[in-house]
Amino acid sequence: MSELESGKLKPGELAPGSMSRRKLITTGLTAAAGVAGLGVAARLGQRYGLVPPDHGGIYGLGETLTYASQRLLTRHSLAREFPRSQISKPPFPNEIEPPTDEFKRLQAGGFADWRLSVNGMVARPASFSLDQLKSFPAHRQITMLQCEEGWSYIAEWIGVPLSHVLDAVGVLPQARYVVYFSFEPDTWESIDMADALHPQTFLTYGMNGGELPVGHGGPLRLRLPRQVGYKSVKFITRLTVTDSLKGFGKGLGSASAEGGYAWYAGI
Amino acid sequence: MISHPRFYWGETGNDLTPTLFKLPIPASRSLVPTGYKYVLPDQNGWSRYLHFQAAWVVVLTGLLYMIFGLLTGHFRKNLLPDEGDLSWRAFSRAIASHLRFERPSEAEAWSYNLLQRLAYVFVIFVLFPLVIWTGLAMSPAFVSAIPAAVNVLGGQQSARTLHFFVSLALVLFLLVHVGMVGLAGFRSRMRAMITGRAVTQHAVTH
Repeated sequence: MSELESGKLKPGELAPGSMSRRKLITTGLTAAAGVAGLGVAARLGQRYGLVPPDHGGIYGLGETLTYASQRLLTRHSLAREFPRSQISKPPFPNEIEPPTDEFKRLQAGGFADWRLSVNGMVARPASFSLDQLKSFPAHRQITMLQCEEGWSYIAEWIGVPLSHVLDAVGVLPQARYVVYFSFEPDTWESIDMADALHPQTFLTYGMNGGELPVGHGGPLRLRLPRQVGYKSVKFITRLTVTDSLKGFGKGLGSASAEGGYAWYAGI
Repeated sequence: MISHPRFYWGETGNDLTPTLFKLPIPASRSLVPTGYKYVLPDQNGWSRYLHFQAAWVVVLTGLLYMIFGLLTGHFRKNLLPDEGDLSWRAFSRAIASHLRFERPSEAEAWSYNLLQRLAYVFVIFVLFPLVIWTGLAMSPAFVSAIPAAVNVLGGQQSARTLHFFVSLALVLFLLVHVGMVGLAGFRSRMRAMITGRAVTQHAVTH
């Protein structure tokens, strides 16, 4: 940008009489202030965690504006909850990959051998069975799952808030993101700490009073009702707490961002 | 829209629920029962990035336009119809003169006529605010902060259906608007837009 400004100042570039010296100086100062303002905004954005990991490329500006403004507006707000009478019957299960032999083996054993491992920037890395997760106080929410495609349904989700599990393992103060991985290969997402510690972000094992069906991501699905469905990853097996997403895949923060879908999906 | 060309009213809707209406097009998702035997390629990722980038352009330029329109009196002077024109007689006269394809008089060529003013006021103060509102009403994050934005519309799927119709109206306006610019003399109108100086009909050959 400074090249542009100094370019402007070359005497030969100006049509004679087109701009007074005062106007030129004012314009120059305004432009410099604008550039400085953008620089300060970028630095503040980085510092307060308002820049998404997929901020590069031609759509980065819109993505950053959306994430930053929604993060400021919705840090503590709760997703809408609905009366029991509004639960969709039946809930619509989206397509899943055909289960692998390994998954079928786990399913045959009633998922007794299912493990959720938690590692990264935590004081006490741990591995939880479903029974251990169910021994935490169960929480319920009746919220809408809306797909980026346009369809939606309302269900009761039963599980343990992710914040309880993070408390149990002791998240280190420098943590900024939680990366979560599915049993399905190459399926992973991440969220910032505002979403990770949000009271409606659940590790879900139950639905509408029963077990969470495999078609809906059972035995364990991460529920994130303030973002669209693809962030609510099915078949969760691992959580990694980190201060940077650079080391994960291409550094864009999620498998969907690598597939061309926005990392932040509050929409 | 192409991934789920089904529309609903209320809070929820999916392949298992009845629709308000369906678009007669194939979908880019195999699960949607469209009746077509083929599935279109998925373009959701980049097109959504583009959509929200464009949404920010609309919101930010719209804000600037509103501020300057109010400060400079542009709305009052050029857009809001004159009080004398707000009668059925003036309205029917304007419609009749349009239907007869009368060319505007020299004085009229310098300002917007009644029908133009009404159309522009509707687009600027009704359609654009509505398209932004119904769009935001579909955002689970935005409505977590401001639930009334979706509740007063009757639900998230109602917001989606309204968003579809309002954007359709905007596209329709755009087509007619560009068509009329073409009829009025594309080059002279473009020149007028950029320089702020209008050339009257006599100087224009096409």
